[in-house]
Amino acid sequence: MSISRTEVAHLARLSRMALSEAELDHFAGQLDQILTAVARVQEVAAEGIEPTTHAAGLSNVFREDRLSGCLGQLAALDQAPAAQDGRFRVPRILAED
Amino acid sequence: MAGGPATDSDLTRLSAAELAAAIAAGEVSAVEVTQAHLRRIEQVDPQVHAFLHVDGDGAVRAARAVDERRAAGEPLSALAGVPLALKDVFTTVDMPTTCGSRILEHWRPPYDATITRRLREAGVVIIGKANMDEFAMGSSTENSAFGPSRNPWDLGRVPGGSSGGSAAAVTAYEAPLGIGTDTGGSIRQPAAVCGIVGTKPTYGGSSRYGLVAFASSLDTPGPLARTVLDAALLHEVMSGHDPMDSTSLNAPVPPVVAAARQADVAGLRVGVVAELGGEGYQPGVMARFADAVGLLESLGAKVTEVSCPHFRYALPAYYLIAPSECSSNLARFDGMRYGLRAGDDDAASAEEVMSLTRAAGFGAEVKRRIMLGTFALSSGYYDAYYGKAQQVRTLIIRDFNAAFEQADVLVSPSTPTTAFPIGERVDDPMAMYLADLCTIPSDLAGNSAISVPCGLADEDGLPVGLQVMAPVLADDRLYRVAGAVEAALQQRWGHPLLAQARGLTERIPAGGGPGDD
Repeated sequence: MSISRTEVAHLARLSRMALSEAELDHFAGQLDQILTAVARVQEVAAEGIEPTTHAAGLSNVFREDRLSGCLGQLAALDQAPAAQDGRFRVPRILAED
Repeated sequence: MAGGPATDSDLTRLSAAELAAAIAAGEVSAVEVTQAHLRRIEQVDPQVHAFLHVDGDGAVRAARAVDERRAAGEPLSALAGVPLALKDVFTTVDMPTTCGSRILEHWRPPYDATITRRLREAGVVIIGKANMDEFAMGSSTENSAFGPSRNPWDLGRVPGGSSGGSAAAVTAYEAPLGIGTDTGGSIRQPAAVCGIVGTKPTYGGSSRYGLVAFASSLDTPGPLARTVLDAALLHEVMSGHDPMDSTSLNAPVPPVVAAARQADVAGLRVGVVAELGGEGYQPGVMARFADAVGLLESLGAKVTEVSCPHFRYALPAYYLIAPSECSSNLARFDGMRYGLRAGDDDAASAEEVMSLTRAAGFGAEVKRRIMLGTFALSSGYYDAYYGKAQQVRTLIIRDFNAAFEQADVLVSPSTPTTAFPIGERVDDPMAMYLADLCTIPSDLAGNSAISVPCGLADEDGLPVGLQVMAPVLADDRLYRVAGAVEAALQQRWGHPLLAQARGLTERIPAGGGPGDD
C-alpha cells in the first residue's frame, strides 16, 4: 500500500481539517508508513470468519423509560463558543447565491 | 498515628487502605490527609506535571464532608477520604475536562461521568484532573496539548500513556489512587513503566458514561495504585452495571478485593504467551519477566507455554479499529456547541469554521488517527482494512479461548521496554505504537488484565511490569496472581519497589520547594 500526498489532502478535507501545506507534507510520509504496517492484517486467512464489532457482544439493550431531569437552555448554552437570543450562534450555512 | 502527629511524608506514603482505616478510626482526619497531598502536589508537581487542574478547595470540602459523616456516626466506604487523581477524560461538573486537547481547553461539562459520581458517593476525594495524551491517543503523555508529564523515576523519561498523568501522580505520592482508561494499554503500560499497579477491567465492567469517547468498543476505565489491594479496592468502588451505558455488563463485580487478600497461586495454571517476548524486547525486561515466571512456579503455580498465533496481527488490527472509531467519535468536535471555535469572522461558512477549528484544536497524533480512520472506513478500502481488522479481532478472541482451556491466567511482560526518554519517539508514530504491543490483545478481546511491578531492568535500573491476563469477568484471578507476586517480591527485596525510585528524592531535598531543579 502506498498513499499519495493528494490522497492525504483528500482525507483531510473529508475529515474537515484545514491542514497546512507543511502538515500535509509531514503526514503523507507518516500515513504511508503506518498504512503499510497495518496492511499486514491482509496476510491473515480470514475466509468465512465472522467480524467482531464489539468486545461485550451485547445486543438490543433496554432500560426503563423513566422521566428524569434534562439539560436546561442556560446550561446547554453555558459553554457555547457563541450564543445569541438564547440560541447557539453559528456561521452561515448557505452561500448568498 | 501512634507516637505523635503525622507528618505530610507519613501520610503521603501510606496506602489507600491504610489511609481509609486511619480516617475511619479517627487517627487522622480526611482534611489532614487531603491537605498533606495538596502540599506534596505543590512541592513536586511543577516537575512531574501529573495534573492539568488541581481543585484544592473542592478537595478539602469533599474531605470535610467525610469527616462530618464519620462524626455523625454514618458508615464510611472502604476508600472514604482517600485522595485520587482522575484522568482528564472523565466529565466533572466542578472542574474543567480537557482530554489534554486545545479543542476542549477550559471546557466545563454540564454533568458528571458515572465513574465521577460513584467516586463522590464513596467519599473518595478527587484532588484534581490528571494529564493525558490528547483524547487518550498515545503512549507517553507527550501528545498532551499542555506539555508532557514526567516519570518520577527519571524526570527525563516518559511516564507512559495515555494515562501517564494518573500514573505519575500515584508514583510521586501526589495521590495514592488514580483512574485511567485503557483502550490499547493506556493503564497497564504507564503502570509498568512507573513501577505501580494498573488494571484494565473486563470491557463493560466499568461505565463509559461521561468518559469522552476515543474508541467506544475498546475504552475501559480502570484503577491505578501503588499496591495490589488498593487497586482492588478502587476496582470494586468504580465498577458495576450502569444503565446509562448500553455496553455495561449487567453482572456482579468479580470478587477482586477478596482475591487480592487471598494472594495465592498454589495449583493455578499459568500460561506464558510464546508470541509476547523475544526479539525486539529489552533484555532487562525479559530477564525480570523470566524471574517472575520462576517465582510463580516456586509459589506453586503450574506454568506452561501457550501459543496465540494471531497476536502478531493485534497491533495492525488495533491501529485500524481504534482510528476508525476515533474518526467517527471525534466528528462531534465541530466548534458549534462547545469547545474551541476558530476563524469565525462573519464571512467564513460553518464548514470553513469547522475545518479551521479542527485544524487548530487537534494535535498531530489525533489528526493522523482521524485521517487513518477516515481512510480505513472509506468505500473501496473498508473490506480490506476495517473489515479485515474486525475478523482478526475474532481470531484473537479464539486464540485467547484456546489458551484459557490450558491455563487459568496468561502472563507476559507488560511492555517491550522500560520508560523511554522524552522526545525519543514523539514524531515516530510506529515506534510509539510498539509500546502497546503486549497490552493490545486483551483490549481487542475485551477480557481483563493487570500490570504489577516485577523488578528493575539491569541495563537502566527502571521498572518492569508483569502482565497477567484473565478471561472475561474473571478479573479476580488477576488480583490473586498480582497479590502473590507483590507479597513474594517485597519479602525478597525487604521494601516496595517504589522505595528505590530516586528521580524525585535526588532532585528535591527534604524541605525543598518547587523552585529546586
